[in-house]
This record gives sequence, structure tokens and C-alpha cells, in this order.
Amino acid sequence: MSLVEMSGIRKSFYGVEVLHGVNFQLKAGTVHALMGENGAGKSTLMKALAGVHRFDGGVIKIQGKPADIYSPSDARSLGVAMIQQELSPVEELSVAENIFLGREPVKMGFVDYKQLYRQTEKLLDSLNLNMNPRTKMKALPMAEQQMVEIAKAISQNAHIVIMDEPTSSITNREVESLFRMIADMKARGTGIIYISHKMDEIFRVADEITVLRDGGNVGTWKKGEIDTEQLICSMVGRELKSQFPKVEVTIGEPILEVRNLTLAHQYEDISFTLHRGEILGFVGLIGSGRTELMNSLFGITQPEKGKILLEGEEVTFKSPRDAVTHGIAYVTEDRKGKGLVLPMSICHNTTLPSLRKFTKSGLLQRRAEGNAVTRQVSSLNIKTASTLLPVKSLSGGNQQKVVLAKWMMTEPKIIIFDEPTRGIDVGSKAEIYKIMCDYAAQGNAVILVSSEMPEAMGMSDRILVLSNHRFSGELRRSEFSEEAIVQMQFKHMISRRNDDDRSDVK
Amino acid sequence: MSQLDPGVQIKRRTMSRRQFVSTFGSLIGLILLIIIMYALKPNFLSTSNIRNILRISSINGLLAVGMTFVVLTGGIDLSVGAVMGCAGMYSAYFAQTSMNKHWMVAVLVGVGMGLIIGTFNGVCVSYFRVPPFVGTLGSMSIAKGLTFLLTDAKPIPSLSTEFKFLGGGNIGGWLPTAIVIMLVVLAICFTLLYKTRYGRYIFAVGGNLNAAHVSGINTKRIICSVYIISSVLAALAGIITSARVTSGVTSTGDGYETNAIAMVVIGGTSLAGGRGRLWGTIIGILLLQCLTNGLDMLGVNTYYQMIIKGFVVIGAVMLDGLNAED
Repeated sequence: MSLVEMSGIRKSFYGVEVLHGVNFQLKAGTVHALMGENGAGKSTLMKALAGVHRFDGGVIKIQGKPADIYSPSDARSLGVAMIQQELSPVEELSVAENIFLGREPVKMGFVDYKQLYRQTEKLLDSLNLNMNPRTKMKALPMAEQQMVEIAKAISQNAHIVIMDEPTSSITNREVESLFRMIADMKARGTGIIYISHKMDEIFRVADEITVLRDGGNVGTWKKGEIDTEQLICSMVGRELKSQFPKVEVTIGEPILEVRNLTLAHQYEDISFTLHRGEILGFVGLIGSGRTELMNSLFGITQPEKGKILLEGEEVTFKSPRDAVTHGIAYVTEDRKGKGLVLPMSICHNTTLPSLRKFTKSGLLQRRAEGNAVTRQVSSLNIKTASTLLPVKSLSGGNQQKVVLAKWMMTEPKIIIFDEPTRGIDVGSKAEIYKIMCDYAAQGNAVILVSSEMPEAMGMSDRILVLSNHRFSGELRRSEFSEEAIVQMQFKHMISRRNDDDRSDVK
Repeated sequence: MSQLDPGVQIKRRTMSRRQFVSTFGSLIGLILLIIIMYALKPNFLSTSNIRNILRISSINGLLAVGMTFVVLTGGIDLSVGAVMGCAGMYSAYFAQTSMNKHWMVAVLVGVGMGLIIGTFNGVCVSYFRVPPFVGTLGSMSIAKGLTFLLTDAKPIPSLSTEFKFLGGGNIGGWLPTAIVIMLVVLAICFTLLYKTRYGRYIFAVGGNLNAAHVSGINTKRIICSVYIISSVLAALAGIITSARVTSGVTSTGDGYETNAIAMVVIGGTSLAGGRGRLWGTIIGILLLQCLTNGLDMLGVNTYYQMIIKGFVVIGAVMLDGLNAED
């Protein structure tokens, strides 16, 4: 018998139907991967199961019984737990308080903290998690917060656990412990629905794979019945020739020179030169200072020492505004936090940094604006019913393309991409890579910050490696190798290993 | 549109009932109110009563329109009532017949007070990061103190005829000056908010301050400016009020800030910022003024009126909340 049986699920947003009768089944003690491009409807389908969205049509059966799911608490009482892509713990509370939030053990009307910590310890031990229940959530790295979230789900007796891109912001080692945990959960008979775009993970962890496309089923396969090529093909409905459409371009004269740039505790003594036509990769572990450095190149923070030369002239950026007027664009790592104004429309988001172009004697030229946005939206292949819809109605990948569209409108000379394809499907990824290459080939320059090794190596002409806030090496395209990069990433970390790598401390 | 994704089916883009209610709820409420009042008291729609409602709406409305700008950025301005009183007193002081000054001097002094307090508010909130609630609460007290200091809390009588025309006069013998001022202000504000970059930036700052900053917007300047707009409009309301009651009174504007906030909120502007509409505020203004006027005509006790108005404000926000779930 199936643990979960969803049939004919329909859902519309803003009058646009995004799920056209989707079927999905999950068996106990298995991992079922759910795959598809952005906007294929994976997250929407799972949010219907978790009670976040009320679906418009169809039936959900849990352990054979029709289930009425109207709210997240309905779903929870039926044993469904969802680990969201973006976690939202109560940061000021401890691990234990987060796990038992709303169900704290009580003695005479007061929270029984002794009991709370004892129970949490027992729970964490049973999951082989080595962490202190008294630690505040905000002190934990993302991966451990995720583990806490999973522990919480298990403590609530969830036997259906949905994981939406659980590995999008954690390191390889942390992925291993996540997989161990998944294996434990399977052994207990828990069913896991696993949403991810990472092929290697899917093939390691999934027992079954269901692919959605444009809000409908493409098919369901058992492990071993399908390979990567076929899987990609089924998701996009076309063959992707190469994931990285990198073309050789002649590298032009220097456009950006950075000399001995320093900001204490963020990055130290960084120098490099960026040339026209070049895609320059920046690689480093999370916390190595990559994003901090980019923030200063864009005027969000100001360096203490060193200088920045743009086309041979020294510049200082007091704010992002200065950087934008000098022709620099920044696709930030944090799409919702710094990239988009979620309540505003796609159109208004797209023109936000370039609005000056659509102003004539102080007044906005709304027709010209609309036309330009429509052109940009179609050239980047953003899937939407109308550019007047709020940008939050789009799927993650399409939102990211809106961020891209918005910067393309400013016609920049340099674009900084910080993790541009995090949590994005293969189809959109390939499209973003293509845009990046075309843009560089036109004599512009790209800085690409990436945690994904294949991406950095596939796209860059040169890779600079940062380690522990410092520069640790440079590789030309012919010298690229994963081993060399990994070694450079750890170059300045040997002496402080114990500080940075908590999991080694027992 | 041609670039649409063929895989996404587009249904008829009708509004759900919820969306309809949340978008037009206040407008429907206003129309119903007018119909009911007309049925009970046909005098409600007499020319003189309409003129009366609009004149009072204009004064309150100036505060609410300014407040809309502030609330759209996610802030709040508690000082508008006090600024109104302050500007009213200082302009009345210079409009006394004994002073023998041109009426423009009095107006400029009043507007100047608004400008100063508004700039103070704006600088506190944007550059010194004082929470808007606290910053404007402080300047409310400051403005009130300045008001009392001027004459030791005594009223200012006998204002010049030209000055009094601003509040009590009718242009062409029938159109109250206050209404004309309000219409001009509205035209300017609609243009600012919907036809200029500045207006777009206000929505962006309120919707996501960080994203607006990264997009190259001078967010501090935007935030600072909305407090100036709010205070200047409040000052204008104070000047008109002094002119209308033909004297400067220290209690002018007391409690008006809550009315202004209520009007903005009834109009569907979110206190969280980034979401709202100016025409909604206009409906909010008219709804509250029609209600007050109607209940007065029906002879409803003021204390009951307060209770009714409280429920109206809450009800309007409840309707608006229906749509916020998605």
C-alpha cells in the first residue's frame, strides 16, 4: 500500500493553472525523487501535500485514507513534515527549544527545561547528531540547522518527510551526514520525497524518480531504469547538447584591476585583474570571503585599504549606486533578500536600476518601459502569463532570470554573479550559462562566484581561489583540476582546522 | 502576448470573490454608506452638506495623503497631529491683524515649521536609524511644546481677512479654498507616486529595502523625503484649520494622527510597507468623514461614534487581510 497517493491534483495561482492534474505515489521506507525544471510544479505539488497551499482539485490519500489537508497543522497531524529550501528557525532560541516549539514539556504550568534538554539529547543521540541542545540556532551553520529541522520532523513522528533542495547550501561533507540520516529514516519505514536538481545525488539516494514538466507528469522510473541523459531529456523535453556552452573568446585589455584590497576579517590583500571577454571564476569554501569581496566591488561595503581601477582609472564606490553608474551589475547570492522586491511586479522589478532610461522630463514613459521589459522577458525566456504579475508568483529559476533581466537592462560592462544557479533546474542553468557566455563575448567581463566545481571549471577562463579570507592560488583553464582547487581552498586553513570544522571535534 | 510559455494554460483572468472584496471592499462600503444615509436623511446629499464633508475631508485628507507616503516605505509618522497644531499656531501668530504682514508670510512660516520638523524626523529615521515610531513620537512632543511656548498656550484671535480666506473662503463664491488646495495636492501626489522614478522607488524601498539599495537607489534619501512630505502636508492642514476657525488654538490637530493612520489603513495600504494605493486612501478619507457627518446628522452620541469608527477600521483591515494569505 502506498504511504501517499496523490491523484489528479490541480492548482491555480492568479488565474494561471500551474498543476494540471498531477499524480504521485510514495511507498513506505523509500526515497522518491521529484524532478523537473523551474516552474514544473514540484514545489507547488509538495506544498499542497504539506498544507501550505490549498489545492483546487484532486484527491490526496494517506495510508489509503482520503485526507483533508487545509493547513500545515492538518498535514502535520497526518505525519507530513516539509523541510523547506529556505529554513526559518527561531534564531534566538536554542536547538532544544526549536525542536519542541509549541510542544514543550510542562511542569506545573512552566516549561520543564530539564526534561526538554534530556529529551532533546536523547533524540539527537538516536540520530547520531553531535550537537549541544543548548546552542542557539543562529550559532549553527546552515547544514546543522537543517539537521535540527529533520530531527524536529522525526520527533513529531513524521513518517512522510519532504525535503526541498536539502543540499543547495551545504558542503559535501555535510551532504554525507544528511545521506546517513536519510538511510536511518528509510530503515524506520519513513517515506521521503526528495526534490533536487543535482543528478549525482538523485542517483545515489533515490529509489524512484518522478519527473514533472509544465505542471503535468512525464513519468516515473525505478532506480536503474533511467540514466542521466534520459532524465535531463525527459525534464526539458529536448536534448541538452552540452551543459556548459563555453566558447573560446579572445581576452581583451584589462577592464577591472584590484590592488591589495583589504577589509579586516572579511578579505585580506586581494589583487587581481579582469579582462574584457573574460569569465573569471572565484572559488572558495563558504566563509572564505568571496561574497564579502564582491560586496566591496559593488559598493555595499567599503574596503579599508587598497584600490580599484576601472578601465585604468581609480574609482571608489560609496554605495551600490556608484557601482551601477560605473557599469557594474551584481546578481546577488540571496535572491529574495537582496535581489528582488517581492511585492512588486515583474515589470517594475526589471526596470528598478535602469528607470532613468524610461524617464522623460521627470515623468515615466510607461509604454516604453513595458515594451523594453517584454522584449527582455522574452529574450531570457522567462515563463509568465504577464509582466504585471507580482514577481513572487514566479518559480525560483524564473525569479533568478528576472534578477538577470533587471541587470541586463542597465547595459553593464561587468556583471558579478554570486552563485547564479543555486537551486535552479538544468534547463534554466544552461540558459543562464548561455547568456553569460554571449555577454562576455560582446567584450564585457564576468566574475563568477560558485561553490559548484563543475560550474566554475566549465565556465571560467581563469579561476582564483580564496582560502580563509586570503588569496590562495590562480589556475588557467588548461590547468583546471578539482584536486588542485580543493587543495588551494584549504591552503590557509590548516592551522585553524579545528575552529572551522566542528564535525572533526569529538 | 507572444512570449508566453505555451505550457502554461491561461484561464479567464477573472478575480476571485476574495480579491474583489479586498480590492473594492472599502469603495463598496462607502457607496452603501452614502445610499443608507440618503435614505435616512435626504439632506445628507444636499449641496451644502456635500461641500461641508469635502471641506473637512480636505483638511484630514492632507494628513492621510502624507501618511500614505510614509506608510508605503514601511514607516509611520505619529507627529502629524502635533505638526498641524504647531504650524497652525505659528502661521496664526504672523497672520494677526496687529502684525500687519502679508498673508503669504504667515503661510510660509507655517509651511517652514512643517519643513523643519519633517526634515528632523526624516534625518532621525533614515540617517540615525531611529525607529519611526520612536522618532516621530519624540518630535510629536517637541512640536507640541513649541506650540505652547509661542503664546503660553493662549489662543491667537483676530486674523487678517486674506488669511482667513484660505480656510473659510469660497473660490468663485461656491468652491471652498480648502478643497481646491486638496485637489492640487492630490494631483501632485498622484503624479509623484505613479508617474515618476521617485514614486517607484518609494514602493521599492518599502517592499525590500536591501534589494532597493543594491539596485542603486539612494534609500536613505527616499526615506528622509517621505517624512518631509508628510510634515509639510500636515502643516498645510494646520494653516487651513487656523484660517477656518479664525484663530490659532493650541489644541488644533490633537489626535489627528490616529485618524490619518486609520484612513490610510482603510484604503488598503499595508503597514509593512511596499503595498498600497493612493486612491484607496482617498476612499478611506471619504468613508470616515461621511460616517462622522452621517452619524452627527442622525444625532448619534459622540461616544457611540467612537466605538463604531473603531469597528469600521478593524473591519476594513480584516477584509484586506482576506487576500493576503496567498
